[in-house]
Amino acid sequence: MTTVPTKRDYSLLGRDAQAAVESGLAAAEWYHTEIPRKQMKELMKREDGPAIRDTIIWLASLLVFGCLGIYFWGSLWAVPFFLAYGVLYGSASDSRWHECGHGTAFKTMWMNDVVYHIACFMIMRNPVTWRWSHTRHHTDTIIVGRDPEIAVMRPPDLFRLILKFFGILDVWHAVIDMVRNAFGVISAAEKTFIPEIERPKAILVARIWLLIYVATIGLSVYLGSILPLMLIGLPRLYGAWHHVLTGLLQHGGLADNVIDHRLNSRTVYMNPVSRFIYWNMNYHVEHHMFPMVPYHALPKLHEMTKHDLPAPNPSILHGYREMIPAFLRQLRNEDYFLKRELPPTAKPYREEFHSDRIVQAGE
Amino acid sequence: MSSNWVEVCAAEEIDEEDVIRFDHDGRTFAVYRSPEDEYFATDGLCTHEQIHLADGLVMDDIIECPKHNGRFNYKTGQAKGAPVCVNLRTYPVKVEDGSVFIAIS
Repeated sequence: MTTVPTKRDYSLLGRDAQAAVESGLAAAEWYHTEIPRKQMKELMKREDGPAIRDTIIWLASLLVFGCLGIYFWGSLWAVPFFLAYGVLYGSASDSRWHECGHGTAFKTMWMNDVVYHIACFMIMRNPVTWRWSHTRHHTDTIIVGRDPEIAVMRPPDLFRLILKFFGILDVWHAVIDMVRNAFGVISAAEKTFIPEIERPKAILVARIWLLIYVATIGLSVYLGSILPLMLIGLPRLYGAWHHVLTGLLQHGGLADNVIDHRLNSRTVYMNPVSRFIYWNMNYHVEHHMFPMVPYHALPKLHEMTKHDLPAPNPSILHGYREMIPAFLRQLRNEDYFLKRELPPTAKPYREEFHSDRIVQAGE
Repeated sequence: MSSNWVEVCAAEEIDEEDVIRFDHDGRTFAVYRSPEDEYFATDGLCTHEQIHLADGLVMDDIIECPKHNGRFNYKTGQAKGAPVCVNLRTYPVKVEDGSVFIAIS
């Protein structure tokens, strides 16, 4: 069979956005593994304890590494402390933003909100804009033209991917968005997913953040040192690598335009340190199927659903060994993707939705 | 507007601090039992993206949508913030002879 590569239009206002709505891919009903209601309720149950513990460790570690970085500033001894500080600031904030945005990390809602706003500032994602963009990501996961959070578009731009590890493009766009929002402008794309009533909040946050960054830059100029920026702002660049390392695995190289998370999401077993930084989002198929399950219950959910899900990648390295060749093949044929094989115990994919794409994957 | 009482189920069929789905005459409802052993009813679909609330989580007087974690007070129907902006419609509920009834207008 010969496939004719199709140029994907990722614009939220473009051709594929319209096609997704017309074909029923947008806001579709997605596959879920069956879990008895009683067990599901147990899994969804909220607790404050795990997230309070993890947040204390996170913020205390930031404080300790930041202070040691300041203390050793000017010597090479400062480097490891800033490397650790950077990952906690520029990567751990990604998962905190995410979990608290779902409102599942803590049982107490104000705790979710406080950590959400702190993490949003660190990761430079407007808390209003990104709450709504992530809502769309869950409605239309990796649906071209609908999902505003597709990290790797096809064909992949490998240079941009490398820049992502240093946060360069993300920060560039975040600064532009922040300044634009601070001047009261909401883009046409943002208007497709942020309700009108929420837009003034996005503008207010952008103005507050802009003031903080201007003050930090001013302090750096006043002191004649980049140290203030090493603590606020720059860690989003030099500490971004871990959240990109783990985040690319979520959907990279897998199917698009399908309505079964087993086809477009990836679960990867990871080391305990990465899982702490990432707050268990390595169980990504499970998270997308059941976003109400808190991060601390995802390992249990994984055990209960793995009979119905593709085998997880056993390590980050294994995931990259699978994903990078897929990216390279997509340079030649953007329709290529990795088809996730299901175990014999799983319910099969709904071929009426996915058969064309599955054939393409095998070529 | 007139309303008629429709039997939903036996009261014991709904666990405490839980919700069930009830379909009637082409419409879908969510019927709740609070931790205080009171019963309530709302429209069955989230006002954000038409997801069945009966698959969600009841916490005290809150129902959380299973898809995007939007929260409503199921006693009043009030939307508690993003991503839900539109309140839920609520319906009167009574328990008689061990059965739950809701008044559908």
